[in-house]
Amino acid sequence: MSAEWAMVIGLEVHCELKTTTKLFCGCPNMFGDEPNTNVCPNCLGLPGSLPVLNQRAVELAMAIGTALHCEIRPSTFHRKNYFYPDQAKDYQISQYDEPINVDGHLDLPDGFRVGIERAHMEEDTGKTTHSGASGRIHGSDYSLVDYNRSGVPLVEIVSCPDMRTADQARAYVTELRAILVASGASDGKMEEGSMRVDANVSVRRSADDPFGTRCEIKNLNSVRSLGRAIEYEADRQIALIEAGERVVQQTRHWDEGAGITQALRSKEDAYDYRYFLEPDLVPLVPDAEWIRAVADTLGMMPAERRARIVDLLDEAGGATDSALLQVATVVDLGLDDLVVEAVAGGVGSALALARTANEAATDAEAARALDSKSYVELLTLEASGSLSATQAKAVLAELFVQGGGDPAAIAREKGFEAMSEDSLAAMVAEAVVAHPDEWSRYCDGDDKLAGFFTGLVMKATKGQANGKAVASELRRRRG
Amino acid sequence: MSAPRPALETATLVRAGEESAVDVLEHHLAAIEAGEESIHAFNLVTADQARHQARAVDASVAAGRDPGPLAGVPVALKDNLCTRGVPTTCSSRILEGWLPPYDATVVTRLAAAGALMIGKTNMDEFAMGSSTESSAFGATRNPHDTSRVPGGSSGGSAAAVAAGFAPLALGSDTGGSIRQPAALCGVVGMKPTYGTVSRYGLVAFASSLDQIGPFATSVADAALLFDVIGGHDPLDSTSLNRPTPRVLSVLDDGVDGMTVGVLTEFLDGAAPDVVARVRQAAEALAAAGARVEEVSVPEVTLGLSAYYLIAPGEASSNLARYDGVRYGVRVDAEDTVAMNTATRSQGFGAEVKRRIMLGTYVLSAGYMDAYYNQALRVRTRIIDGFALAYARCDVLLGPTAPTTAFALGAKVDDPLTMYLSDVCTIPSNLAGHPAISVPFGSGDDGLPIGVQLLGPALSEGTLLQVAAVVEATAPALAPPGISSGEAA
Repeated sequence: MSAEWAMVIGLEVHCELKTTTKLFCGCPNMFGDEPNTNVCPNCLGLPGSLPVLNQRAVELAMAIGTALHCEIRPSTFHRKNYFYPDQAKDYQISQYDEPINVDGHLDLPDGFRVGIERAHMEEDTGKTTHSGASGRIHGSDYSLVDYNRSGVPLVEIVSCPDMRTADQARAYVTELRAILVASGASDGKMEEGSMRVDANVSVRRSADDPFGTRCEIKNLNSVRSLGRAIEYEADRQIALIEAGERVVQQTRHWDEGAGITQALRSKEDAYDYRYFLEPDLVPLVPDAEWIRAVADTLGMMPAERRARIVDLLDEAGGATDSALLQVATVVDLGLDDLVVEAVAGGVGSALALARTANEAATDAEAARALDSKSYVELLTLEASGSLSATQAKAVLAELFVQGGGDPAAIAREKGFEAMSEDSLAAMVAEAVVAHPDEWSRYCDGDDKLAGFFTGLVMKATKGQANGKAVASELRRRRG
Repeated sequence: MSAPRPALETATLVRAGEESAVDVLEHHLAAIEAGEESIHAFNLVTADQARHQARAVDASVAAGRDPGPLAGVPVALKDNLCTRGVPTTCSSRILEGWLPPYDATVVTRLAAAGALMIGKTNMDEFAMGSSTESSAFGATRNPHDTSRVPGGSSGGSAAAVAAGFAPLALGSDTGGSIRQPAALCGVVGMKPTYGTVSRYGLVAFASSLDQIGPFATSVADAALLFDVIGGHDPLDSTSLNRPTPRVLSVLDDGVDGMTVGVLTEFLDGAAPDVVARVRQAAEALAAAGARVEEVSVPEVTLGLSAYYLIAPGEASSNLARYDGVRYGVRVDAEDTVAMNTATRSQGFGAEVKRRIMLGTYVLSAGYMDAYYNQALRVRTRIIDGFALAYARCDVLLGPTAPTTAFALGAKVDDPLTMYLSDVCTIPSNLAGHPAISVPFGSGDDGLPIGVQLLGPALSEGTLLQVAAVVEATAPALAPPGISSGEAA
């Protein structure tokens, strides 16, 4: 993008709520099941069926609102009317002019604040698969509809048009995803469609100009696609304007393969959704006590949790860029409590963070299930030199397999105990006696031979010896 | 034809083991066999299912168990109430072949009370009409004169009760669809307070106005049926979560000390013989101890216009789902949009299409505020107008319909005249209030006239109490002979 142009970006994120059942009926909210098995008269839109609002979905929506610093207010549901085969009733029940959450914000890791206009509840549609080359409804031979997703609860989070770069948009989605996961509202799986992003993009000559005409980009299935699509779209709009043409307000489809956006429909063809108040539901008026109860169940949000780990590093002077990446990883995987407890148990913060971000992270689910006491004990053994890094990793793997246990006992079972100071000294002595020439050269000051002896000990112990301990024993023996 | 035996009495005999449910049923099936061809009250007579239920009721009694307050009483169901595995058509081609996989809440409650589901009754297509002539399966005829309409949209249910095919029936009332046919067929029909009877399993016409209610040959039977079907249902979010009004215990309490307001706006435009009967009913209530005065609620005159914006608006959305994708009729075409269009073009009748177009228009961008939202404001004004009247009166009295039953075909080509049939019933739907139509003699043409009692929300007990007095003082009405007035 040429330097004098400025971008304006607003994002709409649809998030599937992690409820057991759907928004308006008792059908399982489950991804990946046999098509049309999680359905009932309600989510199939059968005549005579009526919606009943899922209380848990409301609580998760309020949790999102709380996490995004929104005002939670009395709200209503409307009908959004349009014909489409995967829409069981040919209308979607959605909050419209009275959403449950309004006027919040989200702070990016670098401190940039993005306004949240609203976060409202609505139901998902079914899923249509069009046979034929195009993969779109036009020109397909036939279409298959799966209503398992019909009625799955969604919250649509609409940002203010506050972002100015594709990087900010990426950071926003990454951070929002972390917040949704941390609040327990969503599993944040973009690849499974449980989080879907639409981007509104416009350009202007300078940041002081009024907003230009925007286009909405759909079908963004990853953070990477989002960034690429925004940059492509901004370039397209700039090229249009520089060529003396005008940007037409459109909805555009991101083609991941071709790396371009294509027009779906323009404003003139936009549907008239004929919104009106859903007469089958009553207003939703959460009282202060309910709102407070939901807020009380909300844990720490990612930003706060990252800051907590960075504080530990700062004390040790270790908040480097690569450490910050590790911090993001442990928070993202929900392993930050392990780091905090290890440091509290006397383990150095650099070691605690590195082991958690690199090793524990390889099986985050098992690590989250681990009794943190065992984890702290393990890191303490490594920090004290009783276990080598390699041994510590092997014990951790065993802790994962067993779902916990006593690290010292596991180390003994694995024969790691042989590496106590006495046996190490004996191993070193054995190596020295077997190679008298090398030993006398080492004693004469040829320090390179320390590596030779260490190698012998490592070989004899199949790599289980602590290299530092071997070196220190060699130095002690030389005197 | 002898006077019909009350359902209350039938249930008492069946519960006591003095009469078998099977015998009761066979008696009514025989009546249907004899008269249905000339009336066409039913889209489907479910004799086998009813016989199965009757045997179960008799077995319960024999085993010493109580089958419930409607033991052995046949009940006819309007064909917009979902019945599991039994066709539910709304008298529309578009639902051809559809078998609901579930029962409406009212159907479940009837079965639990020992009632026998005798059949699905004819209606105006999707309950849109006032004569049952918009049915895709042919008109129902008025048992008092088969050249006349039974009213609508629940014409089949009203005719079934009037003809003695079933002692009780259920209908739905969106703008008068229970009360107007009840009046035209000479039976009792009540629209309860919105939210007192679950709509779960009622195929929607206009969701904020629809309410299921009873047809019966007497006020007491209507109270009995309402008592069985009413009450909170967690499957309907608009169902009121509070005790339903007690109705059976207050029926004999009389009107002494009550104030009855004769609603003057309803008398304007009603035929002279209808007005005369309303006046007569007012005098009877005064004689029974009520204070009777004239009351004006000017806002009710706006009801008809508001209704024909709100009801079609909601209907245009409620009926969108009949798109040929999932159930009912599908007319194949080259692509999905063409299939939707062909299905709906062929599946819906003219009146339904008219209302869908009207409703789509009033909800459209740029028109919504002038029409739909304006109608909602009128709705609020009507509620306020009624509130003033109910500050002075316990109930209001007026005609149910402006005329007696009109001739088949007389209004089918003139929708606006047809719509006027509901001018006295619509305001209660807009307000969400209960109202009941009670037979009160006949008009100059010898056909039944119904007077209507209106009350504030949850006043069913009071309404039925007053209705019992009206019923007791009503002039005799010749029982239906099931003959054509033209032939007579």
